[in-house]
Amino acid sequence: MATAAITVEGLRKRYGDVQAVDGVSFEVKSGEFYGILGPNGAGKTTTLEIIEGLREPDEGTVTLLGEMSWPRNKALLPRIGVQLQSSAFFEKLTAREQIHTFASLYGVPGERADAMLEKFGLTEKAGVREDKLSGGQAQRLSIACALVHDPELVFLDEPTTGLDPQARRNLWDLLRDINADGRTVVLTTHYMDEAETLCDRVAVMDHGRVLRVGPPSDLISELGADSLEDVFLQLTGREYRE
Amino acid sequence: MRTGTGIQSFRSLTKAMTLGLLRDRTAVFFMLIFPLMFLLLLGTLLKDAGVSESKVIQVGDVAVLDEMPDKEREQLRDVLRIEKTDGSAAARADALEKVRKGDADAAVTQTGGEVELRFSAADLVRAGNVQGILESIVQQANQAATGRPPAFTLSSGQVEDESTKPIQFLTPGLLGWAVAMGAVFGTALNLVNWRKKRILRRLWLAPVNAGSVIGARVGVNLALALAQTAIFLGVATLPYFGLRLTGYWWLSFPLILSGTLAFMSIGLVVGAWAKSEEAANGMAQIVILPMAFLSGAFFPLDSAPQWVRTVSEFLPLKHLAEAMQGVLSRGEGWSTALPVMAGLLAFAAVLTLIAGRLFRWDEA
Repeated sequence: MATAAITVEGLRKRYGDVQAVDGVSFEVKSGEFYGILGPNGAGKTTTLEIIEGLREPDEGTVTLLGEMSWPRNKALLPRIGVQLQSSAFFEKLTAREQIHTFASLYGVPGERADAMLEKFGLTEKAGVREDKLSGGQAQRLSIACALVHDPELVFLDEPTTGLDPQARRNLWDLLRDINADGRTVVLTTHYMDEAETLCDRVAVMDHGRVLRVGPPSDLISELGADSLEDVFLQLTGREYRE
Repeated sequence: MRTGTGIQSFRSLTKAMTLGLLRDRTAVFFMLIFPLMFLLLLGTLLKDAGVSESKVIQVGDVAVLDEMPDKEREQLRDVLRIEKTDGSAAARADALEKVRKGDADAAVTQTGGEVELRFSAADLVRAGNVQGILESIVQQANQAATGRPPAFTLSSGQVEDESTKPIQFLTPGLLGWAVAMGAVFGTALNLVNWRKKRILRRLWLAPVNAGSVIGARVGVNLALALAQTAIFLGVATLPYFGLRLTGYWWLSFPLILSGTLAFMSIGLVVGAWAKSEEAANGMAQIVILPMAFLSGAFFPLDSAPQWVRTVSEFLPLKHLAEAMQGVLSRGEGWSTALPVMAGLLAFAAVLTLIAGRLFRWDEA
């Protein structure tokens, strides 16, 4: 627990006229469940993608598990698991074929892939093609694919968006289990109740900057708010975004 | 911590792409069945192309025809068919009407020593044919009337038919078209789809080499092209269609593989540039259909205007189809195939470079 799982220092990224990320720094401890919150266009996804090593920052550095994430580092990749915002599935393949394909990219045997389907309650849906899965099943499969190689560090980008309350609660249990196994989990979400329930600490972002970092309960009491949602609205305002 | 090997990644990606392709019924139809339907259709329609027997209406008595010896009559079977009517004015008017409408090629009457032939100039080849045949019948009758043996006789024998039969240009042309569709559509749609579904990003975050990903895609397309070639040659060489393969026909395989790479590079440019699958689909069609027509995939370009032939010089499909025709059925060999293969590979290299500059990871 001594070393930080993620160290982000002075990230900046500009797209044309838009300063998408404007000096972001934070640290995620090993084994922590960390939430990144912010309204649409706050720079969450760009920040996450830079951290994952998908994009090169204009300025700043990211260290994951003691290694730089940019340029692409093939020794680091098997240690991290990423669930992208839209589920990245191969066309026309069944749930089982998807996870087996991802497993083999990491040199993971097929039995482990089948075990992951079982763990995520997808055994019955193993023969169903990606476009025939429900929203919740697709999200579970997408997370199962991100975890098939047993990564130490997991990134989940809005994993519960578009799910019904049942699917959401079930997914929360799964995410807690993932974290309880000792993995570091980084999550972005629009649901404050989700962040309040799951996250050890959250970072609230807006306009490409981190406004505040801390455990949800601390933020609530510091700002004298009733809930994390009130904290969020106090920090980021109430006007419409996008 | 685990890492997949390159070969393992290549194999599982190849499997994923192959399944994705085979389960796409529309794609299978357009890449395999549709061009094959064209081969069956055009091959059957154009099989007996050429001028068939001439039909002549004989009005009243025509001595040279009526008194034609049986031996001569036998020779003219399949060439000339004579329909005899009485010599009334009504029959004559009726015969001329039939010629005018194209139901008959000519009408023949005889007045005294003059044999009169009336034909329509609508089809000059048929008109020429029927004139020639009647001319020779009259000449023979004249010669026989002299009662002397002919001073000159013509003995004729058939030589090997050197003209291009339809199946000879249809097979390489339509096969080239089929391979072009498979490679351009397959590559373009795959690239757009993977970008849209973020599989490109997902693969970037998995410990795989770009070589495994590209190699799998190229391998699947090459295998598809070989399957298309085998099926096409199998059908075209059926006795019914009668394509006869000559010595170096197997050079068509390396030619097709080079062509596939050239077409895939077109697909890469389309896929890198197009923002949606619909756009990629439309652009691929805009590239392929005119290319197929201008390359002589459906009909030979011999009688096409000069500008069409000039444009076709720049199209990879034209060179592929021409070289394929050479090695498949004209007995040509390496000297035909090698320059074309080099040209196709150079074309592929240039377009791949362009695609590399247009490439985007994400939808923007």
